[in-house]
Amino acid sequence: MAQTYRNMLVDPMVDNNPITLQVLGICSALAVTSSLQVAMVMAIAVTLVTAFSSMFISVIRNQIPSSIRIIVQMIIIASLVIVVDQVLKAYAYEISKTLSVFVGLIITNCIVMGRAEAFAMKNPPVASFVDGIGNGMGYGLILMLVGFIRELFGSGSIFGVTILETVNNGGWYVPNGLLLLPPSAFFVIGLLIWAFRSWKPEQVEEREYRIQTVESH
Amino acid sequence: MGLRSFFDRIEPSFEKGGKYERYFPLYEMVESFLFTPKTVTTAAPHARSYIDMKRIMTYVVIATIPCILFGLYNTGLQTNLAIAEHGASGWRAAIIDGLGIGFNASNPLANMLHGLLYFLPIYIVTLVAGGFWEVLFATVRRHEVNEGFLVTSMLYTLILPASTPLWQVALGISFGVVIGKEVFGGTGKNFLNPALVGRAFLYFAYPAYMSGDTIWTPVDGFSGATALAVSASEGAAALPEYGITWMDAFVGTIQGCIGETSTIACLIGLAFLLATRIANYRMVVGCLLGMIAFSSLLNWIGSDTNPAFATPWYWHLVMGGYAFGLVFMVTEPVSGSHTNLGRYFYGALIGFMVVMIRVINPAFPEGMMLAILFGNVFAPLIDYFVVQANIRRRARRNV
Repeated sequence: MAQTYRNMLVDPMVDNNPITLQVLGICSALAVTSSLQVAMVMAIAVTLVTAFSSMFISVIRNQIPSSIRIIVQMIIIASLVIVVDQVLKAYAYEISKTLSVFVGLIITNCIVMGRAEAFAMKNPPVASFVDGIGNGMGYGLILMLVGFIRELFGSGSIFGVTILETVNNGGWYVPNGLLLLPPSAFFVIGLLIWAFRSWKPEQVEEREYRIQTVESH
Repeated sequence: MGLRSFFDRIEPSFEKGGKYERYFPLYEMVESFLFTPKTVTTAAPHARSYIDMKRIMTYVVIATIPCILFGLYNTGLQTNLAIAEHGASGWRAAIIDGLGIGFNASNPLANMLHGLLYFLPIYIVTLVAGGFWEVLFATVRRHEVNEGFLVTSMLYTLILPASTPLWQVALGISFGVVIGKEVFGGTGKNFLNPALVGRAFLYFAYPAYMSGDTIWTPVDGFSGATALAVSASEGAAALPEYGITWMDAFVGTIQGCIGETSTIACLIGLAFLLATRIANYRMVVGCLLGMIAFSSLLNWIGSDTNPAFATPWYWHLVMGGYAFGLVFMVTEPVSGSHTNLGRYFYGALIGFMVVMIRVINPAFPEGMMLAILFGNVFAPLIDYFVVQANIRRRARRNV
């Protein structure tokens, strides 16, 4: 096998991150990152769904007829998402209310489908499972980073524990309301991508066009 | 020993291979601020215009002078009026007491000075914080510091409430310069107006400091609604009961951001910009027509539950930031449409949106800022359709 298990786990963190490099799964990254706790639950849910769906799809990959493979993948993913949804409702009802539709929308999360289609269809079950864990954790890493920034500066707390005492509670910190609104995650993710690409310049895409200078004619 | 020869003497150390090569943008900024830029086009065509970027930017700053002067006066006037009721406190009061000028609202000079004490700190913080990012990006990215920042910083200062905390001023302009302009490559490549981006950031991040009844005049205990807030809740017909006549709003002695209240001052600026052909009249005409047409339509439709429907167009013109935005932001050449036909549509879209947001959206009493940003986003699309229509028209001619 070309890739080692270690590479499968580490690569999606920075070098091939599903959010910052492949720009997948942005929708849920905007919606569920206003507090760290919710972001963490979402990250775990996506990691488990990606890992197990990749594994199951990999087990039956040689039996799936190519023409209906997307439907088969969807059935497996959807079943797992329903399991996750029910578990959350049973054991973490408050969080599952905050996550609302976004648990159900894991079905349409491009990262899950992407790994199933790109990796699990061509690789054995264990490797697919590890690959799913790795990509889920790469997604989770960005979710946690964004959630950390948004919760710390938006409500002055981390995991619900107050760090910066806000003005309303008699402290000094004026919370930044913009960070509690979903669009702010666009800015935060954009800045993260900027930071990642400054750190690893090989991630920068080639320009689609060049602005010509007058002298170069 | 003139200034020019001083620059000529130190220039080599800033050029390639010189000791201070890294700081060339800084040198270039100071030099081209004082003298005509020396760089000329090397390739044909050698069309020459006397209006270069530097002159455009300087003219826009000149055009804001009536707004600045009136803004100083009005900020001082409103503050002094409120002080008569609630009492004075803080370091500004100490300075004014020390100078022995007093808080007499009927003395224009006392008002101007008091306004200046609010205007200057905001302006200085804007210049320092925004200038820091400008120079940082210019040094790292090796482009020049542009005069555009002079315009951005002035417009930004004029569209803030006088009571804005200074750290918010710094945060807002940083966001405006970095996210609104520099990440897209600097002046000329920004598709949004940087001053408005900074203002919008503050508006959404700290709504309690940017909207409401208590923030417009920086005196503790003061409360006074803007003309827009009144017209949104009770209709423009109720404004005289609050002591706001149309003439007050036109002249500008009403609550509002520092430089935006006076329509007449904005119109003087507009006359200057149109006469010097810095502003394109098509955008102004489009924006006026869009606003007049849509507000008249709403007047005609009418509404039993929403009194703002009845606000006539001449009130929309003088309330809030419409006039200021029309003159200084709709006409901004970079973020607006670039085709002549597109400019009419671009203006009309903003005029339509501003009435839409003011009247129909209950969340925002003021719509000019959001309407212009909305128009900015659509400007390239409008241009695309205009260009495509032109291509089709010319293709048909050749069948």
